[in-house]
Amino acid sequence: MFSILASRAKTSCANLTGSWRSAQKPLYLQKDCINCSLCKLVCPEGCIEGMEKNAYTADLDYCKGCGLCAYICPKKDIEMIPNQD
Amino acid sequence: MKKYLEGSWAMAEAAKLCRPGVIAAYPITPQTHIVEHLAKFVADGDLKSETLNVESEHSAASVVLGSQAAGVRSFTCTSSQGLLLMGEVVFCIAGMRLPIMMICANRAISAPINIWNDQQDSIALRDAGWIQLYAENNQEAVDLIIAGHKIGENSKVMLPVMVCVDGFILTHGMETVDMPTQEEVDKFLPKYNPPYKLDVDDPMSFGLLGDPTVYAETRYAIQKTMEEVIDLIPKVGKEYQDLTSRDSVKLVESYKLEDADIAIVAMGSVCGTIKDVIDLEREKGKKVGLLKVVAYRPFPKKAITDALENIAIIAIIDKNISLGSDGALYSEIKAILSSDKKTSGFVAGLGGRDITVDTIVDIIQSAEGEVSSCNFVDLNKDLLWDEFKAS
Repeated sequence: MFSILASRAKTSCANLTGSWRSAQKPLYLQKDCINCSLCKLVCPEGCIEGMEKNAYTADLDYCKGCGLCAYICPKKDIEMIPNQD
Repeated sequence: MKKYLEGSWAMAEAAKLCRPGVIAAYPITPQTHIVEHLAKFVADGDLKSETLNVESEHSAASVVLGSQAAGVRSFTCTSSQGLLLMGEVVFCIAGMRLPIMMICANRAISAPINIWNDQQDSIALRDAGWIQLYAENNQEAVDLIIAGHKIGENSKVMLPVMVCVDGFILTHGMETVDMPTQEEVDKFLPKYNPPYKLDVDDPMSFGLLGDPTVYAETRYAIQKTMEEVIDLIPKVGKEYQDLTSRDSVKLVESYKLEDADIAIVAMGSVCGTIKDVIDLEREKGKKVGLLKVVAYRPFPKKAITDALENIAIIAIIDKNISLGSDGALYSEIKAILSSDKKTSGFVAGLGGRDITVDTIVDIIQSAEGEVSSCNFVDLNKDLLWDEFKAS
């Protein structure tokens, strides 16, 4: 008899690791954004997308809720809010 | 062909006949000769195999784990402290269902440091998920190594096999061994063809995180497979007997048990001495028999209870002790026997102390007397004090 032993190789995108997120998640207010892209550059998960002012978002399927994007934003345009909100 | 061989040489030759693709081991007494001989076979060109020098037993076990996962039949062997250092990987190998063959040259565990034989090392790792087979003599060791590959590598089993041989007594003892030919072994043991392996063309990951939703099932699967191995061992034993006409691969062996009043139960080389004592005792009119346990994992409960069914007095000899409890074989056999039997446990031969004819005669006499679970035999009371003394 066998049970789970091995897993087929897949890219890291296959595992939706956002389920491990801490108690908070980022909320992109999208009102004072200057398109500096610091949030995107600092994100350790590389899960922030956006190319234009007030158009940045975090992919919550992978975001761990570390809060670095909110910390670095020069316009305080990102807030950390509780996960359940 | 019959040859007069040192045990280690015979076991190395048996391992060679199984054509391992990778061999990794770290030297430790009394196991060293086995890999030494295998390295010689490779150096002389008699065996095509990768032999790897490693810096510890932990690495040796890790190397064979990797090579077996890559689909290559792999071999290692060790003893005592070496087996304990391998311990972590030993559990991983079973959990990853890699049918590696290991010879454990049984030796006592430190401290105090002791290079001589008892079975504490392999018994300490009995819960790892390995099939454990104990050999009485070098012929049996050879047979169990060859047949062990076929048991472990069965596509429904895929579990590692540890052939346990008493250090020095077997590994350094000279005996006549009937060695099967390469053609016979090739006929008996097909090429290793695992149902899963590491392969760049079909990438797969092994030994992954198993969270609470899947872990228990992996242990249950091994437990169920162990039950199936109990049925498989006699079948492979029969096939091996057809090949070599030797009936050595089995769960248990009975010696003069049919009409016995007293049964001795033991594992490993001490069974040879016990058989001689039984013959002597029977000449004096005492009906004694032996139940030799070959397969300790999986533990053949039914074979043991059947064999001991009509015997009232049972003496179980352990070359190990679960400190704070009893000998391992005693605990497990006592648990499955009916309580109306007089079942006693004896701890003997620790750290290489000889188990002589007189020792076994004493054990038989004690078993007839008061029942006790953990009798240390042949103790030197002069070496035991109530308060600390440095010698």
